[in-house]
Amino acid sequence: MTDILTGFFLLSGGFFALIAAIGVLRLPDVLTRMHASTKAGVLGSSLILVGSAIFLAEAEVTARVVLTILFLMLTTPIGAHMIGRASVRHLKKRHDEVENDR
Amino acid sequence: MTSAGFLELSIYASFVMVMLSLAIAFIRLARGPTLADRVVALDMMTVTIIAVCGVAAVATGVYALIDVALVLALVGFLATVALARFAERRDARAEEARDD
Repeated sequence: MTDILTGFFLLSGGFFALIAAIGVLRLPDVLTRMHASTKAGVLGSSLILVGSAIFLAEAEVTARVVLTILFLMLTTPIGAHMIGRASVRHLKKRHDEVENDR
Repeated sequence: MTSAGFLELSIYASFVMVMLSLAIAFIRLARGPTLADRVVALDMMTVTIIAVCGVAAVATGVYALIDVALVLALVGFLATVALARFAERRDARAEEARDD
């Protein structure tokens, strides 16, 4: 039972990590790429960490996994916000160029 | 199929998927037209390496890999923030230089 649950969590986590990477490669600009990497990427690695916590079944491991997931979910939005603020000048310039061409 | 066999298979499959996503994120890191794209790709790679640590912990049964994942989550955030601030400052300085 534990093996099947662990395998399910690992497979779904790997799937979401792959989806996030494909999004980072294929989406057209910084903001949409950030949307793929932050949401799907964090979900994928969180699922894999939950799978390893179920498999190892040890209190200290579970505590560390919970801490890691909490920290990821706390810090990824902050990092994404800062990257977005850094790229907003460039994006606005491109937007203005498109407006002027019209 | 036995449950142990399923676990073995899913460990291999998730290793392949996670490594593939690492490689794809690296393509974006090499290509990325702006610095912000590269920072996003680097952030994505950090999160993916945390996933690699999780899969490796299941595959080998070494607890210490979970600690590696925790430390990587802490350090990766600092790297992202530092690079984002650098990109912001650099753009601002370039604009100032153009205005003068």
